[in-house]
Amino acid sequence: MLSVETNETKKGLGIHARRALAYIVLVIMSFLCLFWFYILFVNATRSKGELTQGFTLLPSTHLIQNWKGVMAGTLPVVRGMINSLIVATCSAVLCTYFSTMTAYAIHVYDFKLKKFMFTFILAIMTIPTQVTALGFIQLVADMKLEDNFIPLIIPAIAAPATFFYMKQYMESALPLSLVEAARIDGSGEFRTFNSIVLPLMKPAIAVQAIFTFVANWNNYFTPALVLHDDKMKTLPILIAQLRSADFLKFDMGQVYVTIAFSIFPVIIVYLFLSKYIVQGVAMGSVKG
Amino acid sequence: MAKVKRGKVVRYNKWGYIFLIPFVAVYVLFQLIPLFRTFYYSFFENYRSGLTQIGPNFIGFGNYAKMLSNPDLWMYTKNTLIMWVLGFVPQIIISLLLGAWFSDPSLRLKGQRFFKTVIYLPNLIMASAFAMLFFTLFSDGGPINEMLMQIGVLKEPYQFLTNVWSTRGLVALMNFLMWFGNTTILLMAGMMGIDTSLFEAAEVDGATSTQVFFKITLPLLKPILIYVMITSLIGGLQMFDVPQILTNGKGDPMRSSMTLIMYLNNHLYSKNYGMSGALSVMLFIITGILSLIVFKFSNGKQDK
Repeated sequence: MLSVETNETKKGLGIHARRALAYIVLVIMSFLCLFWFYILFVNATRSKGELTQGFTLLPSTHLIQNWKGVMAGTLPVVRGMINSLIVATCSAVLCTYFSTMTAYAIHVYDFKLKKFMFTFILAIMTIPTQVTALGFIQLVADMKLEDNFIPLIIPAIAAPATFFYMKQYMESALPLSLVEAARIDGSGEFRTFNSIVLPLMKPAIAVQAIFTFVANWNNYFTPALVLHDDKMKTLPILIAQLRSADFLKFDMGQVYVTIAFSIFPVIIVYLFLSKYIVQGVAMGSVKG
Repeated sequence: MAKVKRGKVVRYNKWGYIFLIPFVAVYVLFQLIPLFRTFYYSFFENYRSGLTQIGPNFIGFGNYAKMLSNPDLWMYTKNTLIMWVLGFVPQIIISLLLGAWFSDPSLRLKGQRFFKTVIYLPNLIMASAFAMLFFTLFSDGGPINEMLMQIGVLKEPYQFLTNVWSTRGLVALMNFLMWFGNTTILLMAGMMGIDTSLFEAAEVDGATSTQVFFKITLPLLKPILIYVMITSLIGGLQMFDVPQILTNGKGDPMRSSMTLIMYLNNHLYSKNYGMSGALSVMLFIITGILSLIVFKFSNGKQDK
């Protein structure tokens, strides 16, 4: 090892210089990733008056006051958070449960259309939701499901990307002999899936549940087409409304608090689960 | 083994179909039918002019002809591609560097977990809230201008959102920040998969780290790089939340940051269904071609 290092110092950039360069770039990139959210945090704690007095790096003490101002304002932020929470949670639960079920069908059973179905699901994986949006809103209108969460939640059942991840995971984590053993013990297929396969898939389900939750929490395009009633709007729609409102009328402290409450819950959850998330991204990619 | 259990296996295998029912039913109802309807709509003249509803009248490929002859389409395509390139080029450079550093055992970088966690973080941020945040931060009297004036870089506020290239630059910067962490992790996983004996052989031959990177890492990484590039392009064509919120749906200044999906969104809101249909079908076809390329490459990878 040592000889390798001395060898490298002779030719090209030395190992110490390279390491220093790597740290410098990493620190700069980390700064670029965090800086905006730090200012957001600082400004969310400053009062309207303080915000006009220029830029500062130190937080102030008006966070609660700004939050109360938002609560008293016209934008239904709390309602929006609850709506977002409902849509994102239900989507995550349905998406992971049924994607695991779909993957199980393809992984464990042998049937005529198996290969066709697998190829079909892979083929539809990259179709953007936007290109079906026109037909989708017509359908929603026909079914009288506007201002309803159903068209935002139910489609999560058919998630090709989550299916693919689950299928990959099953190949390494679910031996078919286990399913055989359950059959010999007299367990029905549906029960085997629920009581043996699901617990075994927990790590994959956790990772995908987080991704689906975040994707739905952040989704703006489709909910904006479906939800028009103030009581039903999710957070991203309210953010867009905030953007289009007349800015001068707004208390900037409240604007920052509203943005902060859309962003920080996800950041906090992420910090607790980051290990699994980063691993999950890497795992999905190796075979992707 | 299969022979012995033939009878039983067949009996069980109907469950394959049963377990597929939820996926297929939901997919057909919420994706496939809407997709066909979108295709169907693209062949009809169907829009609103003031308060009067025109159509629907069948006009064949009329919408497509109208769409393709409209300079707006080409302008928005150009905008979308420019903003994608501006974000993608720095993204791939930084991701390659970081990926190479993270996966290089001789560097022994400390705090890798921390750095990976931080650079992946922006990917999970609500794009619309992130864009709103940038709008407030970079507004004329916003914190960035104030900071630049306090440290003496600027004498008067720079109007980020009234200049074409600074607006596009901000959109690109946000896309870059949101995606380079993801790309780094993908490329790193690819680099870890390279046979280490190749690096050892290169070291024995006295290659520098730069030579190793360009002569060994990059060529072997080509399939993953193409995968990353094309999936990023597919994502880039769907660019919507960030420019929509940053410019309040107008694509200002002078529609220079208006993207294709913003164009589609405007058609949908003005109930111009014929045009929305034609535009959707065009995007569907482009994404389909790009996906086929990805599919071919990732299949080749698995055959190896």
